[in-house]
Amino acid sequence: MTDTSMHAGEGTVIRKTQRRWGESFIQGWLKACAGISIFTTAAIVILLVVESLGFFQNVSPIEFFFGTRWVPLLEPSSYGVLPLLWGTMLVTVGAAVIAIPTGLASAVYLSEYASDRVRRWAKPLLELLAGIPTVVYGYFALTFVTPMLKVILPDIQVFNALSAAIVVGIMILPTIATLSDNALRAVPVSLRQAAYALGATSYEVTTRVVVPAGLSGIMASFLLAISRAIGETMAVTIAAGQTPNLSLSMLESIQTMTAYIVQVSLGDTPSGGIAYQTLFAVGMVLFAITLIINIISQWILSRFREVYD
Amino acid sequence: MAFVSETEIRNLQKRHRKSRLFRRLCAGITWLSIALLAVLLIRIGMDGIGWLDWQFLNSFPSRFPSRAGIKSALVGTLWMSVLVAVISIPIGVSAALYLEEFAGRGRLARFIELNIANLSGVPSIVYGILGLAIFVRFFMLERSLISGALTMSLLILPTIIIASREAIRTVPQSIRYAALSLGATRWQTTWSHVLPASFPGIMTGVILALSRAIGETAPLIMIGALSFVAFLPQGPMDSFTALPIQIYNWVSRPQPEFHELAAAGIIVLLVVLLLMNAAAIYIRNKTERRLK
Amino acid sequence: MSAPETELQRNHDEAVLELQEVSVLYSGKPAVKKVSCQIYKNKITAIIGPSGCGKSTLLRSLNRMNDFVDGVSIEGRLMFAGQDLYGKDVDPVEVRRHIGMVFQKPNPFPKSIYNNIAWGPSINGYTGSMDELVERSLSQAALWDEVKDRLHDSALNLSGGQQQRLCIARALAMEPQVLLMDEPCSALDPISTAHIEDLMFELKSRYTIVIVTHNMQQAARISDYTAFMEMGHLIEFGETDQIFTRPNVKRTEEYVTGRFG
Repeated sequence: MTDTSMHAGEGTVIRKTQRRWGESFIQGWLKACAGISIFTTAAIVILLVVESLGFFQNVSPIEFFFGTRWVPLLEPSSYGVLPLLWGTMLVTVGAAVIAIPTGLASAVYLSEYASDRVRRWAKPLLELLAGIPTVVYGYFALTFVTPMLKVILPDIQVFNALSAAIVVGIMILPTIATLSDNALRAVPVSLRQAAYALGATSYEVTTRVVVPAGLSGIMASFLLAISRAIGETMAVTIAAGQTPNLSLSMLESIQTMTAYIVQVSLGDTPSGGIAYQTLFAVGMVLFAITLIINIISQWILSRFREVYD
Repeated sequence: MAFVSETEIRNLQKRHRKSRLFRRLCAGITWLSIALLAVLLIRIGMDGIGWLDWQFLNSFPSRFPSRAGIKSALVGTLWMSVLVAVISIPIGVSAALYLEEFAGRGRLARFIELNIANLSGVPSIVYGILGLAIFVRFFMLERSLISGALTMSLLILPTIIIASREAIRTVPQSIRYAALSLGATRWQTTWSHVLPASFPGIMTGVILALSRAIGETAPLIMIGALSFVAFLPQGPMDSFTALPIQIYNWVSRPQPEFHELAAAGIIVLLVVLLLMNAAAIYIRNKTERRLK
Repeated sequence: MSAPETELQRNHDEAVLELQEVSVLYSGKPAVKKVSCQIYKNKITAIIGPSGCGKSTLLRSLNRMNDFVDGVSIEGRLMFAGQDLYGKDVDPVEVRRHIGMVFQKPNPFPKSIYNNIAWGPSINGYTGSMDELVERSLSQAALWDEVKDRLHDSALNLSGGQQQRLCIARALAMEPQVLLMDEPCSALDPISTAHIEDLMFELKSRYTIVIVTHNMQQAARISDYTAFMEMGHLIEFGETDQIFTRPNVKRTEEYVTGRFG
């Protein structure tokens, strides 16, 4: 064993805090990268607010929020956003009516009934439904769902809210199934055993004990899915049409907020005009609605975590 | 038996029937949903497979369905994925490292986390509006590949950050302590031990995020990716088209031939996505085995 | 080796570390309360006490590993080589280069045996022959003969006892003045434990060792000095013989005899 010269002897002095330039530089870079999220949020909010304010100098907020006609690109123009909101709502409610019961039933099946082997296959397959690009759903709605619907409902238009709602429902189903499944599986096994020990059947255990216990997670999954449906663009643009109206019928062509934004950007709208500004006004309504729903769902989830930790 | 009355037995039978019915209903709905996936894929396959040949892959778009192809869209998508990867991976992984290894539990870190959580729920079309106003108009990058790539990068950054953080969190704390106790700095520890150990997990998350970017259509329409591009982009400043844009263009035409072309384009898009997902699953399985 | 030290030697024991009323607080709540004692050069000092008494917390404050736990603060002075380790301009990274640590559970890096040893010196700018340093460190940790033919195998393929000796070798490669060991044998079988205890005797001619242990026989077997802690207080500190045979404080006696029978 050689003796070492590196071994510091009696006179060891711990060096003073050094400025490690490399280290500081790297930490600064990492921090800046994380900070991009703040700038992105700020950029979205500032952009939408500033441009919307410009829009509201030309169009009164009363007309925008309460007007019932949306004719921004033709004369005489009219800027009532309600038809677009209504279109978005029709599709979203339709999608929710389809996806909530089926998504929840799938979650119950995956967490309560399916064997591990089945689960390992079924869950990724369900999740694949969420991984398919939305333009594909648009194609599916237009070339498959609508023709099928026409067999049952001969009055249905080529572009209609119903087929859009159906494919958006399929699209958001995995969100509900996966997140609700996680919520149900977080319910302690002991709770189920307690219910079985009282002589309950599996139906009673699931509906009276497990689902209520996981309710906050399930609710959060509903909200996230609904927010996705509201922001969904391509499928509704392709399948639901470009006709803003306040029709009660889902068999007619409508226009959602997202589809309108696409419509404007496809035309060569000059920067600065009112038509260009509508983009931001509608975008702000869309952003505000989805943001509020997301915040509520996060709030529910954070409460949920408190309960189980 | 004596201790259970006739009515109780009937009651019990009823409850069991209900329970069985419920179970079958849930199972049925689940498999029906999965069957829908099969219907969707089969339907598209049947529509498009006839158009899928070398000529389709190697031709530019055309007014005539028989001559139309997706060469420029495929190349555009390739360009996009490379640019998005180059931009978003370093930034996203850096942000994740900051939040997991450096930020602690301070107010800034929590504020950043809140922002990321909210950004991950912002509709993609809003990112499109942002990209149009900031990159296309304000920075005057025009309707170029780089505008599209920057917009898409912003869109998938939250996904990359969230997935990377999860991967980084799986690195045992004891490894960090071991390195730090040897007089390593935070960054030396992160670079030499945390990053290599979490690398496969990060890659899996990144690939899944990128595959989302490849399928996204709305933001690209917003920033003005063209749907008729009869040339191949030569650099990041060139205008471009991409697979989903080309598919949308064909879907929105009334002629059934173009719908079939769209189906053929979808097949190509889905194959690209499938390959990426397969790569992600392969990496995950390989590392799972290694860790055991 | 375990022969009792003579009076003369004791008087020459030189303090490496001096704790002056050291308190460690977790978000304001004290886990270690005003501990004062000295750690002597080339001796083994054992810290014993019931679980939760603050012994590991105290050990981790000796090389500033507590810095990584949220909400920890330190009061008092911890003198090392004439400086307060918690002084204003002291670099905690530098502290850990001089005061090494071995953890409760073996925690080798998921890398080769060779790289486990070489990483610490290489980031600290070691310029000598790395091969020699690796061999020397592994020899000091009594692991060289077992692994010399597979230096480039993954360290994770070693047995638990071998892994812990690798972790000791890894710490030794940094040539620390002090080696802190936090219950280094608690995850090991008796044979591996014996190996490591033998190793500690070998090492004390070159290093100063502080070991936290819940095993009182182990403390009695290997240490020169023993500190007994309870509920954050240092109840008694002295030479191991004295602590185990004629303690001055009643609580020490109760604890030591309670386990000894």
